[in-house]
Amino acid sequence: MPSLKSLRIRINSVKSTQKITSAMKMVAASKLRRAQSKAEAARPYAERMERMLASLGASVAGSPSAPKLLVGTGSDKTHLLVVFTADRGLAGAFNTNVGRLARNTARRLESEGKTVKIFTVGRKGRDYLRREMAANLLDDSITYAGRKSIDFADAEDIANRITALLHDGAFDVCTVVYNRFASVISQVPTEMQVIPAPLPETPAMEVPPGTPTATYEYEPAEEELLARLLPQNLAIQIYRALLESSAGEHGARMSSMDNATRNAGDMIKRLSQTYNRARQANITRELIEIISGAEAI
Amino acid sequence: MLIDLEIVSPEKLLLSKSADMVVLPAAEGEMGVLPGHAPMIVLLRGGTIKLTVGGTVTDTLYVSGGFAEVTTTRVTVLATEAVEVASLVRAEGESRLAAAEAEYAAADRFNTEALDVAQAKIQSARALIEAAPAA
Repeated sequence: MPSLKSLRIRINSVKSTQKITSAMKMVAASKLRRAQSKAEAARPYAERMERMLASLGASVAGSPSAPKLLVGTGSDKTHLLVVFTADRGLAGAFNTNVGRLARNTARRLESEGKTVKIFTVGRKGRDYLRREMAANLLDDSITYAGRKSIDFADAEDIANRITALLHDGAFDVCTVVYNRFASVISQVPTEMQVIPAPLPETPAMEVPPGTPTATYEYEPAEEELLARLLPQNLAIQIYRALLESSAGEHGARMSSMDNATRNAGDMIKRLSQTYNRARQANITRELIEIISGAEAI
Repeated sequence: MLIDLEIVSPEKLLLSKSADMVVLPAAEGEMGVLPGHAPMIVLLRGGTIKLTVGGTVTDTLYVSGGFAEVTTTRVTVLATEAVEVASLVRAEGESRLAAAEAEYAAADRFNTEALDVAQAKIQSARALIEAAPAA
């Protein structure tokens, strides 16, 4: 049986661990709220953009001069995976899940004879994929370690790099791998193809009742408009992935820290039970010694 | 009858107001939108959006470019920034202009897309300087 002193030390150390984990949980909860409201605020723009794109894309699709971002390069030999992870750990299986999905997808594409390149956003993903598939990793990567929050300019920056790669002919198909925020306790690793851009289902135009339905007029012509709209749309998609990933990260950290706090509580309970038992045994032993000493006289 | 104007940025809803007429800085020239306008999707250049109520301009906002969706009852502007003209700073426009001109000079002469982007930035910086109140 461990000594009383060593038990006391362990109980104290678990107690301070519990304090840290519960503080981290609180911090994650408040960051999660902020991330969620940010994701909410980004929705109207994305919705309108989608509606414009749907109506524009439908009228341009099929034309031979349609932009590359919409129709791709015409082949699907080289794939680019853009992997979004967090910069920090202690968030359960959050980073591992995305990393594993990216690795499996890359392996599958390679077994189909395709070339795979990987671009990582976030330190954890970079470290993981550097261990697993260093040969596929692009030299370029992005981390936001030490940054307070991400904004749209960051998404634009990523989108610009991707477009530049596309124009250099570095890849044919671009897929984004990120954690979709399903709920606070569940983040689903998801793949989303962004180039060639999948056209959203044409939603009905917002027409007030009683007016005749009409189609949009475009100024300038559809193709020029689309050429401007698509890079913006790519940035929006990436912004959404960034926001969902950051909301997911805080959600995952919150629930894993909640678990850790609970486990620490259990452990403290068990340890103090052992401690009390040992203390009691000591007292009993001392009493027996005294009594038997007194009887011997 | 009024027409609703909504300005949304990727980060949030910037403004939501009603007016008699909205003037948009469309890429191919200023464009006034009255209620009942035919549905349109318009590319915007850098410039000012003016809201008119009862014949007087009530709000003037600077946008650095974007898109607008016009329906019979509503104008939705997708912009990255929208600032009241009164709170514009001329120096900001000048530093942007310098940055954009540097970008234009550095761009590959044969990459027309990059040139277009840089040119649009120069134009929107000039529009900012023009719209900013004199210091």
